[in-house]
Amino acid sequence: MIEKEIVQDKTYFLQMKEHPWLSVASFVGIFLFWEMVSRMEWVPPLFLPSPSGILLEGWAMLKTGLIFKHILASLSRILWGFVIACSFGVAVGISIGFFSIPEAVGNPIIAATFPIPKIAILPLLILWLGIGEASKVAVIALGVFFPMVINVYTGVKNVDPLLIKAALSLGSNRARIIRKVILPSILPMVFAGMKLGIGIALLLVVAAEMVAADAGIGFMILTAADLMQTKKLMVGLIILSLLGIFFNWLFQKLERVFIPWKQ
Amino acid sequence: MKVLIDHISKTYVDRKGERTEALQDIHFAIEENEFVVVVGPSGCGKSTLLNIIAGLLSPTSGQVIFEGTRTNTKPHTAVVFQDFALFPWRTVLKNIVYGLEEKGLNKTEQSTIAEQFISMVGLRGFEKKYPHQLSGGMKQRVSIARALANDPLLLLMDEPFSALDAQTRTLMQYELSRIWEETQKSFLYITHNIQEAVFLGDRVVILSRRPGKVLSIMKIDLPRPRNEHLTVEKKYLEYVNAIWRYIKEQAWEALEEKT
Repeated sequence: MIEKEIVQDKTYFLQMKEHPWLSVASFVGIFLFWEMVSRMEWVPPLFLPSPSGILLEGWAMLKTGLIFKHILASLSRILWGFVIACSFGVAVGISIGFFSIPEAVGNPIIAATFPIPKIAILPLLILWLGIGEASKVAVIALGVFFPMVINVYTGVKNVDPLLIKAALSLGSNRARIIRKVILPSILPMVFAGMKLGIGIALLLVVAAEMVAADAGIGFMILTAADLMQTKKLMVGLIILSLLGIFFNWLFQKLERVFIPWKQ
Repeated sequence: MKVLIDHISKTYVDRKGERTEALQDIHFAIEENEFVVVVGPSGCGKSTLLNIIAGLLSPTSGQVIFEGTRTNTKPHTAVVFQDFALFPWRTVLKNIVYGLEEKGLNKTEQSTIAEQFISMVGLRGFEKKYPHQLSGGMKQRVSIARALANDPLLLLMDEPFSALDAQTRTLMQYELSRIWEETQKSFLYITHNIQEAVFLGDRVVILSRRPGKVLSIMKIDLPRPRNEHLTVEKKYLEYVNAIWRYIKEQAWEALEEKT
């Protein structure tokens, strides 16, 4: 017979420990290993340049200012496409979510066009809008529009009907319901759409610039590859990674500013 | 001012065309400064009735009439919902002034009125808090202040304390009784809790199970102000028992139906 038995917490493994040093160590470790692989020429540097070499190349491009030309070209395309897509996405999403006629008209059109990979539309856009900026901005805008419009539509459909009733009972009309209840309700979904959208925008800007451009990160990567400038190519990839991290950080900050009621 | 609930019936028809009769010929009046409680077993269409009176649902037949209103300021009613229905993106103060914004009052007028009701419901010091930072009892105080600030002719309350724990609920009943005495408005209060109905009401309308019909209207002749001493008095308990006798069988039926 067991005299006494102390009750154990069965859930202890659910409390995930944090290992900040492990994150740093593995990151550094991978780069050291990579550096070693390149230095020892286990893999030819032409295929896998060393991290230090890539950094030096990046520094040189920073000093000449060449890199900024490409970054700015890509960023302005992303920005235009993104702003256009978000404005239309929110407006269309609210219309089809809130009004029955736009819903009946818009839903099948969206359902039919959404599955087309947007990059496949680029040739058509170039045909329509020319080879310049407009077609690139348009393809980004199209790519960002869909996640945005679908998120906003879902958000509108999920607005707590009780809040709409409360607003109505306090004297709001339909226009004010949209502004004072629907809009703040869907803000979290708008931000979720923006986070999805920025990833798509990065993808599409690179793809569009690889098809036809004379500046931009996608153009830079493609020309570097053509000339076997692997270091320059790698710098392009690092810039894309940094841009992604930056936008994520930016949206998180903005979310905290615009949605203070959610901790 | 008098509110006439004039032979209201409501039948829901679902997509398959199946009809559910929720309310059948509900007819009673709410006088000025009167506290009327509607009590009934679950599924008697209490909330349906409240939504119809608030103008948030159309009745199948019958109408709700406001008689002898001195002003034509709309809305005539304000609602305190069971689940508070506070705007999570608005602070306590901003929630309370919502209706005042809709009436087009300027900022000074808004804050003067808000001040008054913030003290009445005991929310001083919480003005800048967001709803998620408040307890259930505090949230319901905000909701009451928001409704009263809009200066309705009739305040509608839909089981406002049933989401609260039993102790908070008791305290909120005392508070509400005091607030009603201070405001001297007409209140229509919906509940399934008989003790609560007797404690708060001037009159209690007893509804039957689906379809909800008026079984009886009972005048509660108990002194005011009402406080905790009332709940042990013989007369109070007699009222509670009398209402329970009306509802008991119906409540058993409701229990057995919900498998």
